Amino acid sequence: MEKLSIKEKKLEAINLNVFYGQKQVLKDVNIAIKANTVTAFIGPSGCGKSTFLRTFNRMNDYVEGFRKEGDIIVDGKDIYQKMIRVEELRKKIGMVFQKPNPFPKSIFENVAYGLKIQGIKNKKLIEETVEKSLKQSALWDEVKDDLKKSALSLSGGQQQRLCIARALALEPSILLMDEPASALDPISTSKIEDLIWELKQKYTIVIVTHNMQQAGRISDNTAFFYMGDLVEYDETKKIFTNPEKERTQNYITGRFG
Amino acid sequence: MKRVLMICAIITVLTTVGIVYVLFSESFSFFQQVSLWDFLTDTKWSPISTEKHFGILPLLSGTLLTTFIAMIFAVPMGITIAIYLSEYAPKKFRYYIKPLLEILAAIPTVVYGFFALTVVTPFLQGYIPGLAGFNALSAGLVMGIMIIPMISSLSEDALYAVPKSLREGAYGMGSTRLQTSFNVILPAASSGIIVSVILAFARAVGETMIVTVAAGNMANLTADPRETVATITAFIVNMSTGDVPQNSIEYQTIFAAGVTLFVFTFLLNSISFYIKKRFQEKYD
Amino acid sequence: MTSAEKNRIKDKLFGYFGLACTLFGIIMLLVFLSDIVMKGWEKVDFDFLTNYSSSRPKKAGIYPALAGTLWILGLTALIAIPIGIAAGIYFEEYAKKSKMANFLEINLANLAGVPSIIYGLLGLQIFVRSLNFGASILAGACTLALLILPIIIVSTREALKAVPDSIRQASYGMGANTWQTIWHQVLPASAGGIITGIILAISRAIGETAPLIVIGAATYITYIPEGPMDKFTVLPMQVYDWIGMPDPEFAKNAAGGIIILLLITFLLNGIAVYLRNRWQKKVKW
Repeated sequence: MEKLSIKEKKLEAINLNVFYGQKQVLKDVNIAIKANTVTAFIGPSGCGKSTFLRTFNRMNDYVEGFRKEGDIIVDGKDIYQKMIRVEELRKKIGMVFQKPNPFPKSIFENVAYGLKIQGIKNKKLIEETVEKSLKQSALWDEVKDDLKKSALSLSGGQQQRLCIARALALEPSILLMDEPASALDPISTSKIEDLIWELKQKYTIVIVTHNMQQAGRISDNTAFFYMGDLVEYDETKKIFTNPEKERTQNYITGRFG
Repeated sequence: MKRVLMICAIITVLTTVGIVYVLFSESFSFFQQVSLWDFLTDTKWSPISTEKHFGILPLLSGTLLTTFIAMIFAVPMGITIAIYLSEYAPKKFRYYIKPLLEILAAIPTVVYGFFALTVVTPFLQGYIPGLAGFNALSAGLVMGIMIIPMISSLSEDALYAVPKSLREGAYGMGSTRLQTSFNVILPAASSGIIVSVILAFARAVGETMIVTVAAGNMANLTADPRETVATITAFIVNMSTGDVPQNSIEYQTIFAAGVTLFVFTFLLNSISFYIKKRFQEKYD
Repeated sequence: MTSAEKNRIKDKLFGYFGLACTLFGIIMLLVFLSDIVMKGWEKVDFDFLTNYSSSRPKKAGIYPALAGTLWILGLTALIAIPIGIAAGIYFEEYAKKSKMANFLEINLANLAGVPSIIYGLLGLQIFVRSLNFGASILAGACTLALLILPIIIVSTREALKAVPDSIRQASYGMGANTWQTIWHQVLPASAGGIITGIILAISRAIGETAPLIVIGAATYITYIPEGPMDKFTVLPMQVYDWIGMPDPEFAKNAAGGIIILLLITFLLNGIAVYLRNRWQKKVKW
C-alpha cells in the first residue's frame, strides 16, 4: 500500500490502545486513511472494529469505563485534546448507525435538526439544505411530497437513507458508517451501497461491515481486525485476492468468524 | 443547565434532611422529659389527661393490628389476582380490568374512611356481636381493599418479568398453569413479590385517614379487632385538630409519635430497596 | 381419577378463584360508588356547590372548599412540576452511576415511601412556623409539592428511560450537546409519559387530607381565598369535617362532597389513562 504524505492523511490512529474498564478492546492500532476513499473495517463480532470507528467522533465518551492511550488525528489535529469541542468535531464527522434511528419527528425536521442546533434560523437556507441532502441520499423523489410525515412511517431502507441525509445536512467531510445495511433487506442494501459509491466523490467514508461481499464491492481499502488487533490493512483488491497474513486468509475464505 | 437541574435534584435530599431534622429536634425536647424506656415500655398513652402517660405501645399495637388485618386480607388476594391476570386471564380482559383496579388505588383515603364507617361497620355489626362503632376490623379490611391493587400490580410486574423460556420449559414437561405458576414462576419472581408486600405493609402502617375516621381515637393496648383503637397516625391527626400550644409537651408528643412512624417505615422501605437492588443484579 | 385429571381440575378451580378475587375488587368499587351516590346524590345541586359552610347541614355547601382545592391544585402544580421534571432529567440523563447518584437514588426511594402525614409534620415546622407562612395556601401547596415530588421524579425517569438510546446517539452524532439532545429529542419523545405522571401526582395531591390537617388548615372557612397567603380549606378536609359531625344529616353532605371529589379524581385519572394509551399506540420504536 502506498505511503501517505501528512497532507493526504484524513484520519489517523497512532499506537491506539482502548480499554473498557479492565478489558482491552484495541491493541496498539496504527492506521492512516486517505481522503475521498471508502475504507471498510471487517472482522468477527467483538473484534473491536465498531469501537475503533467510534473513537473517530468520540462517541465512546459516553461508554462507562472507556479509556484510551495513543492518538487519534483528524485533519492533522489530535481530537482528544482538551481544547477540542466534541460537538464541533461531530458536525465535521457524520455518523450513520447500525439500526436506522430517525427521531420521532417529521422527515423535514429530522434533516433540519443539525442546522437547528447550530442556531441557524434562516428558513430558506434550511429548506435548501434539506432538499439538497435528501437528493444526495437518493431519497428526495420518494418523500418530496410528504416531508411533514413522521419519519417513523418510512420503510427501514428509507429510514436509513434519511439518517444519511440527516448526517449530510451538516456538510461533514467524513462519514462514519456502523454496519449501515445490516438491518435492511437486499434491495435497500444495494441502494445504500450505490449511494456510498456516489458519496465517495465528496466525502471520506469509513464503514464497518459484517458482510465481506459488501466490503469487496464498495471499498477501496480494507482493514481486518481480530481480537483487538489490526491484523492487516491494505487495498481491498489485495486483501481479498492475496492477503499477507494467514488469519486474514482464513477469515476471508470463511474458515472462521 | 446541569447545575440548575442538579439543584432541583438536591431538593429531594433537603426534604429528607428537613424531615429528619424536624422530627428529631422536636422529639429531642420530648425525650428530655420522658425517658426512652418509659416511652417504649409504658402500657398507657394519655398525654392530655391529668395523669399523663407516654407509652407508645398502645398506639403501636393499634397500628399493627389494623395493618395486619389489612395484610391478611390483601396479600393472598393481591397475589392471586396477579397470578390470574398474568398467567390465566385473556389479554383483552387484562387490558380493561387493570385500569379499573387502579381506580381503587386512586380514591382519596378519606373516602375509604367514610365507606368503612358508614357501610362496612354497620354491615359487620349484623354478624359480629360486640363490634364497636369505631373498630380496628372494618378499618383494616377497607385498608386491605385499598392496598390490593398495589400488591397485585407490583407482583404482576414481577411475574411478567420472568423469562418466557422458564414458562415454556415447565409447560413442555406437561405442567398445568397452576403448577407452572406455583412451582416455577412464583419462586422466580419471589423477590419482586416480597418487595410489593413490604411496600404495601409500609403504606398500611402510614395510612392515616381510614383509621382516623373508622378505627377511632382511643389508645388501647389490645389484639381484639372488634375494639376501638388509635394508631400513631390517627393520634397525630387528632392532636393536630385540637388547640395545642407550641413547645408544650403535648405538642412534642406529635413529633415523638412521628419519629416512631418514620423509623418504622424507613426500615421497611430500606429493606425493600435492598431486595430490589439485589434482584435487579440477578437478572442483568 | 388419574392424577392428570385431578391436576386439570385444580388448575380450573384456581382459575375461577382468581377471577373471583379480581372481580371482588371491582364489585367492592361498584358497591362503594353506588352507596355514595345513593347517600349524596340528592345533595349535589347548584346551592351545594355555591354555598358556604354552615352549622345547619341543609344549608352547608362546598364553595370555599372547592375554591381552596383549585388554589392548592394550581399552586402545588406550579411548584412541583418544574422542579420534578428538572430533577427527573438530572437523575436519568446526568447523574449516572456515581456514588452521589447512588445516594440520591436510595434517598428518592425512601422519600417515595414516607407516609404523607410525616410531610405534614415537616410542613408544619418549616413552612407554617419557621418561614412564617401560617396555615396558608402557600404552606399547604409547598407541603403537598414536596409530597408529590418523588412521584413526579419517578414517573419522569420512567418516561425518559423509555426513549431508546439510539435517539440520543443519533443526536450526539450530529454534534448536539447533552442539553440540546434532551431538549430537542428526549423530552418531546417522552412528553406523553411525563404528562401522565404529573396528572396522576396532582390527582394524588387533591385527595390528600392528613398533611393539611397537620399543618393546621382550617375546616370552617367563610370566605373565598384571594391570594396565596390566605387561609383555606379543601374538599377532602371538608368531607372529613362533616363525617365527624354528630348530626347524621351531615353524612349526606359528606357523601355529596365525596361525589364531587371523586368526579375530579376520576376525571384526572381518566385523562392520564387516555394519554398513556394514546401515547403507547402512537410511538412504536
